[in-house]
Amino acid sequence: MAHILGGITSSHIPAIGGAIAKKKFEEPYWKSFFDAYHKVHSWLDAVKPDIAVVVYNDHGLNFFLDKLPTFSIGAAAEYQNADEGWGLSTLPPFPGDPELSWHVIESLVAEEFDITTCQQMTVDHGFVIPLQLLWTNRLKGKCPVKTLPVCVNTVQHPLPSPARCLKLGRALGRALASYPTDQKIVMIGTGGLSHQLDGERAGFINKGFDLWCMEKIVSDPDAIAQYTIPDLVRLSGAQGVELVNWLIMRGALGEKVEKRHENYHIPISNTASGLMLLEAVA
Amino acid sequence: MIVHERFNETIPGTTMFDGKMAMKGYALNRMCYSFNEKKNRDEFLEDEDAYCKKYGLNAQQRKAIKDRNVLDLIAAGGNVYYLAKFGGIFGLNMQDVGAQQTHMTVEEFEEMLQKAAGE
Repeated sequence: MAHILGGITSSHIPAIGGAIAKKKFEEPYWKSFFDAYHKVHSWLDAVKPDIAVVVYNDHGLNFFLDKLPTFSIGAAAEYQNADEGWGLSTLPPFPGDPELSWHVIESLVAEEFDITTCQQMTVDHGFVIPLQLLWTNRLKGKCPVKTLPVCVNTVQHPLPSPARCLKLGRALGRALASYPTDQKIVMIGTGGLSHQLDGERAGFINKGFDLWCMEKIVSDPDAIAQYTIPDLVRLSGAQGVELVNWLIMRGALGEKVEKRHENYHIPISNTASGLMLLEAVA
Repeated sequence: MIVHERFNETIPGTTMFDGKMAMKGYALNRMCYSFNEKKNRDEFLEDEDAYCKKYGLNAQQRKAIKDRNVLDLIAAGGNVYYLAKFGGIFGLNMQDVGAQQTHMTVEEFEEMLQKAAGE
């Protein structure tokens, strides 16, 4: 059976893509942010996952308001990156694993998660920047894992509740663990932590709440899942709701995890960045 | 009866982009979504009036686009993710957009972000 090794949380803010393109790794603003990923790289190189399940939110590349699914899952042999309008260079396509995708889709729908399936899906910064940070930037563009995009609506309210997202993550964990191969899987929860881009409240960051979430995502994700979406907007900012991606990732890891690494950094663009490496305890 | 969770509490300086706003801003957001493609960005820059007309912007949306005013664009139903593509045409990043909305200079806005680290 497939085996979930652990989970990683990572920011996906577009400015990181710009900094990578301009090789700003040693600049004072960026150095400690990029350096924090070295320990995660060592872990990935040691455990060598075959599959990365990337939980992210689309920011208006693949989906528009004409049709906006709450939860959608990719089922393609590859996922194309594309122009988002502000000058990030387009990356080569990322490999998918349609057979695994359909197994996950069938399993989730059987568990009453009625998700949207996508045989064609462009992936935006929310998906590609964490993969750049973890692999492609240091491997000359090569992505050594097959990917499975899990996309959550964080654009248009009502959004799925944190509790629902944690449940989806748990069902996703069961789906992956029942896949009859010996593939090794890493979960990636992208986005966050606190930030707000729009309105007079733009620039809102809440360090206290972020640090509490980084503690609870390890020991008690249900404590985070008790909050409502309006709670999260208030505590974490309008776009801080991306925390739901972390809950889906965490749900898939099972009851107990060991924290192997963490780094909290303010600011990356308008956001607080939380990098975590959690190992699943069998 | 199922009780829907509603935003019965307003959060200062925050517009919830819900169904009501999504209907209000549909034409504006659809135009901004088109800016994913370079040929559309070029067409907008060539003839802004014609491009806005093509997407059926109302007077409030047209004025907010003309004024490059982010708070007005949000009030007209704009969603920040699509508006970011409009800002991208002019090379604006999120600190530029944040500074404009909070009536700060970009330096002041960046300083405010830095300060959040020390709290």
